Order: sequence, then structure tokens, then C-alpha cells
Amino acid sequence: MSVTDAPRIVTRRLGTPRSWTLETYLADGGYQGLRKALTMTPEEIHEQVNTANILGRGGAGFEAGRKWGMLAKPTPVYLTINGDESEPATFKDHMLIEGDPHQLIEGALICAYAIGADQVFLFVRGEFPLGIERLQAALNEAYAYGAVGKDIFASGWSIDVVVHPGAGAYICGEETALLESLEGKRGYPRIKPPFFPAVVGLYGAPTIVNNVETVSNLPWVMLNGGDAFAALGEGRSKGTKLLALAGHVNRPGNYELEFAKVSFRDLIFDPSLGAGIRDGGELKAFIPGGASSPWLGPEHLDVLLANEKIAEVGTMAGSGSVVPMDHTTCMVRAAWRIVRFFHRESCGQCTPCREGGGWLEKILQRIENGQGRESDLDLLMDVCDNISPGVRWPPAQTTICVLGPSMPPPVASGIRMFRDEYLAHIRDGRCPFPPDRLPGKLASV
Amino acid sequence: MARLTPANEERARQLIALYPHHRSALIPILHILQGQDGYLSEDGMKHVGELLGLSAAEVRGTATFYDMFHVEPVGKYVVAVCTNIACMLQGAYELLEAAQDQLGIAPGGTTADGMFTLEDAECLALCGNAPCATVNWRFFGDLDPQRFAQLTEDLRAGRLDAEVPPHGTLSRVDRNVGLGAPGQSVHGAGGPPPPVDVAAAAGGPHDAGIELATSLTMTAVIAHEGGRGLDHTGTRTDAPGGTDSQDQR
Ligand SMILES: Cc1cc2nc3c(=O)[nH]c(=O)nc-3n(C[C@H](O)[C@H](O)[C@H](O)COP(=O)(O)O)c2cc1C
Ligand code: SF4
Ligand code: FES
Repeated sequence: MSVTDAPRIVTRRLGTPRSWTLETYLADGGYQGLRKALTMTPEEIHEQVNTANILGRGGAGFEAGRKWGMLAKPTPVYLTINGDESEPATFKDHMLIEGDPHQLIEGALICAYAIGADQVFLFVRGEFPLGIERLQAALNEAYAYGAVGKDIFASGWSIDVVVHPGAGAYICGEETALLESLEGKRGYPRIKPPFFPAVVGLYGAPTIVNNVETVSNLPWVMLNGGDAFAALGEGRSKGTKLLALAGHVNRPGNYELEFAKVSFRDLIFDPSLGAGIRDGGELKAFIPGGASSPWLGPEHLDVLLANEKIAEVGTMAGSGSVVPMDHTTCMVRAAWRIVRFFHRESCGQCTPCREGGGWLEKILQRIENGQGRESDLDLLMDVCDNISPGVRWPPAQTTICVLGPSMPPPVASGIRMFRDEYLAHIRDGRCPFPPDRLPGKLASV
Repeated sequence: MARLTPANEERARQLIALYPHHRSALIPILHILQGQDGYLSEDGMKHVGELLGLSAAEVRGTATFYDMFHVEPVGKYVVAVCTNIACMLQGAYELLEAAQDQLGIAPGGTTADGMFTLEDAECLALCGNAPCATVNWRFFGDLDPQRFAQLTEDLRAGRLDAEVPPHGTLSRVDRNVGLGAPGQSVHGAGGPPPPVDVAAAAGGPHDAGIELATSLTMTAVIAHEGGRGLDHTGTRTDAPGGTDSQDQR
């Protein structure tokens, strides 16, 4: 059995009745991590987090401790938790916010104490009203309990936490766009440098932006120590990772698994996890780490789920979203839908992203609808090259943020793996899969 | 239409007091305005601008960047069908076509009776229950054309009024601490939180949803009919052998 007996760190209370209430949380050691943290110095906490080597769970996989170390010193300092989760097929933070809001609050408080923050903003995607309600209710409880506010647990340390709703814009998950949005503006990403949040962030002040899952690990790390966390996983990838499994599997869902011990094959086929491809079908390809990651095929099923192992085969772990596609899947249509998403969500500041996205979407659409031309594959690659020169991995970036360069990978990897399928669309003047074209009423872009 | 009611203006002022810079309260206040009227009216946006020292154009210019905000009236129920990759793989476009046929409108359109506005949505982070939709941002998973018809029928008949509040309603739980003292919350001063009665914290005009047990069950019921047994948060609730998807061992 390949699934390890590692403890569940961030999902342990999920499924318990009323897991989102203070009562349930306290019954399971809630706020003990914060109490312990407050007996330590911020430096000692930072050291534990460095030992734990928590990789950012928001997609980029940057070490949390290292990020905290880059914080510029002028005050005030802000902490912003990124709960904007809108990456296609990623639904883990959504579950953590709704299912265990106190864990998120406690993690954010530990982080805030360690970095010397002056105020905390919990930025939650606007489309999660239930999550926002539960988080606000939990925060009200935490204030009443004395875990937030003035002189927390009589430690002399005070901090205010604010739940801030987004309003529907994928780009606001990008950390500098998130800060613009939090300032009450349109969510336009800022140019880095100089706008690295840790240096010039919210209101121009040094700001740490961490993902919901990243900080949800902190209460456990405080209680069990950075060593215990680092004992799980391997290499850079320590602890556990929450994987969002969707698509053509029998048991879609979120699975918390020890890093580097479980393969894609286990995740997709193990009866206790994905339980195989639906209707006994065959796996054709899978998206390994979010919509912008290059695809993998069945030959890569034995790659272990660890950031560096996945990077070794030319793609990424990203947000932890895995989407298997079975033999009935049209790869042109799949690429089209992903590109359509990025194009729709482009903020429009950079020409390659704004225009290139439209080109890719239209070309893929006409291939899918049976009106493709022989030259279209070259044209697609040419547009990809204009968005991200060289179409290599990791992608080169000529745009303000990496949303633009997120478009070429699904197109380029799809063409590389399924060139014949693309050509069949063009040669036969129709899509070989049913329904044989994009649904009629939706075909116009 | 309307400016913010006095009660909502008070909520807006409390939000402004939470932030180091007033403008940060813009989006939360626009949610209050949309909750009041179902969309953002010109008068309403002007009023919000007055509260924040912004021109109506600045307010509108910001609001229109965001998909959730509507500057024109919409249906009583905004039905957003996700067609993104995980849902598409599970038949989302067939579902959307059925929705169009049943309602007689294209995405972006509103039914003549003002009941439904249909949207072709991006990933709603409910991908374990694909294909799925939200109604006024409340989740319904594991849909198919038949269940979609049932859903709209239930909505029309008012059978889901408890689960699906009017369009625009975001959070029915308001912050109940650290209010009314402008600037206090800034830079960690926190301010002594007024004594809070936790029992009372669950009451009050905006707190109808503090537990949302009904909403959860309702969503789960709809999910369960699909037989895949994941509740609306993606957590398995009736998996074979009584395990859930978090229980891997
Ligand atoms: C287009 C785009 C969208 C993103 N969306 C999210 C998101 O929804 N949630 C998230 O945590 N990070 C998202 N990120 C990554 C953030 O910019 C940032 O790296 C992350 O929040 C940092 O937290 P971490 O270090 O704890 O992972 C996104 C990045 C880009 C470029
Ligand atoms: S790459 Fe795209 S989304 Fe990112 S800043 Fe440029 S235009 Fe906006
Ligand atoms: S792809 Fe439809 S909810 Fe995520």
C-alpha cells in the first residue's frame, strides 16, 4: 500500500460535525499552537518554520520562511492571506476556509506574530459566501475568546484581523493584483521589481502574502515542531500536500498526502484515493499541477508527488490540482477551454497576453470546429512564442505577471503529445470525438 | 435607484473604520449596496463615492472590473453554470445548453419574468462535484439537465428561499467586534473588544447564516442525488465503506 500513514495536518478536523466552530476547534487542541508561539520569540518561530521548510502552497512553491526573511523593515508591516482560489480545478482552499476557519485564523496569527505584522487581512474569493460567513463568525468567536484583538491571551501582544471579500476576478489571486484590489482598485498586477510585496506591498508598506493552506500548517508546526514536519516528505518538499483531484476519476475530492511518497498512479488509481478512471476507461493524459502546467501522459504515472520530482519531468506541482482525462477526451477542446479561461481573465495590461490569448482561443476554436488549416499548428506555436519566447519550461516572461505565460503550456504540450489528433481535426474537417464540435450556441467567442 | 439605507450606511462606516486607508472598504461596501438592491445603481455608487471621497466614475470604474458586480438590474436568481475544464469533462456544456433551452435565454441574458439571469462561469472551486452551478453564489453540485430543471422549479416555487438569499447578499454574518472606534483597529492597536456574548453573536439581523446547516444539507442533498457523495466543499460524505475522501488509510 503506497499511501503512507503520515498524520493529516490541515484536514484532520474536516468531516467532524460543526468543524468550523470554536467549540469543535478547542476540543481538538485549537489555539494551543498560538499559545505556544506567544511564549517564543518571533525569531524562534521563524527558525521552526525554516526547519519545517514549508513550501508556499499557492502555486509558486516558495519557502515561507525564506519569504518572511525578505521582509523589509520599515513599519507598518501587513500580512495578507491569499484565499482567492480561482485556479481551474483547484478547490482545496475553499474547503479549508469553510471547513476549518479557526485553523486558518490561528495560522495567520502565528505568522503575524512571527513577522511583526501590524494588521492581518484575510482575502477571500467573493464567490465563497459560505466561507466568508463561517470565517467572519469564527473571527467573531476568536475575538470573544481572546485569541484576536488586544493583549492576546494576556501576552501583551495585540493584533486586528479583517475578513476582506473579493469580487470576482481570477487575476486578484496574483499577489500584487490582490494588494491593488485590497486597496480598493482594479486588480492590475504591479511590476516586479520594485513591487515585491515583502518590500513594497499594501499601501507601499512591506507585506507578506501567504496562501491559505500554507499558514494552515502553522498551528501543527508550532505544536509538533519544525523537525516533525520536516520528517515528512523528502528533499525540498516537506510535510503533506492537499491535492485537488477532479476530472475523469471515480472519486474526485481533496486528498491530503505526504509529499514525495505517493505517485500520480497512486493518487489516480488507488481505491482509497481516485479509484481509477470513470466507467473503466483508459487514462489518456493528465494535468499535473493546475491549468497552466504542461500535461503529462500515462508514461509519467510513477512520478512522485513532490515539487522537484514533478519539475524534473518538465512541468510543475503548482496549486496541487490534478485532472486526469480519459480516452474520450478531445485534447483540442481541452486546450481551448483552458486558453479561453486565461484569455477571459487577462487584465489587459500586456499586449502578448491580451491579444495572444484571443488568437490562441480563436485558432483552437476553428480547429475544433473543423475549419482548421494545415498551417494552424505552426501559427499556434508562433503565437505561443510571442507570448512566452522559446515556449520553454519554466516559461520565459515578457509580461507583467505570469498569467500570460500560463497559456502556451497546455497548447504546446498538447500539440507535442497529440499532434496526430490535431491533424485529424484539420484533415477530416471535424472533431473525431462526440459531440463533434463545440456546442453550437457557444461557438462564438 | 436607491442610496444606501441608514442602516447600511452605518455598516459601511463601520467597514471604513477597519482599514488604514478608506478606499480599501470600497469593494466590501459595494457588496452591501448590491445586497440591498440586487445590483449597483448609479445613485448607490454615487453615495458610496461620497462616503469614501471618490468620484462616481472612480467607483464605477473599479466596480466594472469585477465579475460579481452588476451595474444593470439582473434576475432574482443569477445562475452561474461552470464550464471550466473539470466541469467540461463531466458534461458542463451539455448542461449549459439544457439550461439555455429550459430558460430560453443565452448566457448573459435574463428571463422575461425577471426570475433568472444565466451565466457561463469560470471555475467555482467545486470541481469535485462537477458539473456544478451557483445560484446567487450558493453551490449546487453534481447537476444534469434533469436536476437543473428541478432546481429552477424549486427556486421558482420559493422552496429554496432559506438556502438562496436574494441576489447580491454576500455575508449574512457581520463583524461584531472592534467597531465604532475609527482608527482603533489600525496598526495593531486593536482596541479593547467590547464584551461579546457568543450566544448573542449568533443572532442579529445579519446572522441568519451563522450555522447554515440548512444550506449545507440542501447542497449536500442535491449532490447526493448524483450518487457521487461529495458535499459542496468537496468532502466525501457517503463514500463506499463509510470512509470519506480525507480518510485515506
Ligand atoms: C494569475 C495568478 C493567480 C494566482 N492565484 C492564486 C490564488 O488563487 N491563491 C494563491 O494562494 N496564490 C495564487 N497565486 C500565487 C500568488 O501570486 C502568490 O505566489 C501566493 O499567494 C503566495 O503564497 P504562498 O507563498 O504561501 O504560496 C496566483 C498567481 C498568479 C500569477
Ligand atoms: S500578463 Fe496578462 S494578466 Fe498579467 S498583467 Fe499582463 S495582461 Fe494582465
Ligand atoms: S471546473 Fe467547474 S467548479 Fe472547478
